[in-house]
Amino acid sequence: MKKIFFLIILVFVSTKLIANDETSNKILKNLRCLVCQGQTISESNSDFALIIKDVVNDKIQEGLTEKEIYKFLSEKYGDWILYNPPLKKNNYLLWFLPYLLFIFGGIIIYLMIKKRLFDSK
Amino acid sequence: MKKTYSIIIYIFLIFIFFILYLSLDNKKIYDTENIIGKKINEVELDLFDNEKFNTREISNYKYTLINFWASWCGPCRKEHKNLVRLSKIQNLKIIGVNFKDKEISAKIFLQEMGNPFSILAKDSDGKKSIDFGVYGIPETILLNKDLIILKKYIGPLDLKDVNEIRKIINK
Repeated sequence: MKKIFFLIILVFVSTKLIANDETSNKILKNLRCLVCQGQTISESNSDFALIIKDVVNDKIQEGLTEKEIYKFLSEKYGDWILYNPPLKKNNYLLWFLPYLLFIFGGIIIYLMIKKRLFDSK
Repeated sequence: MKKTYSIIIYIFLIFIFFILYLSLDNKKIYDTENIIGKKINEVELDLFDNEKFNTREISNYKYTLINFWASWCGPCRKEHKNLVRLSKIQNLKIIGVNFKDKEISAKIFLQEMGNPFSILAKDSDGKKSIDFGVYGIPETILLNKDLIILKKYIGPLDLKDVNEIRKIINK
């Protein structure tokens, strides 16, 4: 009985540890190392990155969600620390420009095809 | 029809150049504007004498300067005389947060260079400094009694910064 109880606890703890590790990796890959050149926190071994790694792990242990950790860090360092910044008024253009260009390009192609068809008739 | 296409393409090119121009002015690193005007979180700092200091206590002082430093940091040595100058200003408390340093080395540093800090705290693993938005050291934050960040200095304080702090306090 004791062995079964021990096994259940072991499975529970290891599952929790693996889940935390996955969350941590996901978060660290989405954080920009502010003192490095084009590296994520996950890739960098700078002093700043190492501290951020520890802080993220601590926050996960404290029970903070991924969103709450991003919010905490963006409050301290701005949205620039996030590789995937949240949708805000000042970055509407960043989010919608690709769609606008796609629609704009589609309209131009449509008009060109329409004109060619009209000319060939 | 051809003319319409040319106009559309010209507008599109102007638009792209406008976006590129805007991105030239984009300050990407070491930006303090995100933190100015914000209230600092309640943080408990470990002091050198094994006591604790809660940042809530900053509301007891009119102005507080929090300086992040270490004995191994060259620029900290350079700015230290300016911190000593600032320590003579009335209505200003200076809190020193010793960043990832050995306590004995920090004490020797202060014995040699003078101690401008009213409160001497330590951040042995550097994690507490993240609560203050610190990138590296030296960094200095000026707070009012409402715990609002008035100014943040990245890098060593120079005489211009000392005068600016003086001006803010004497307003």
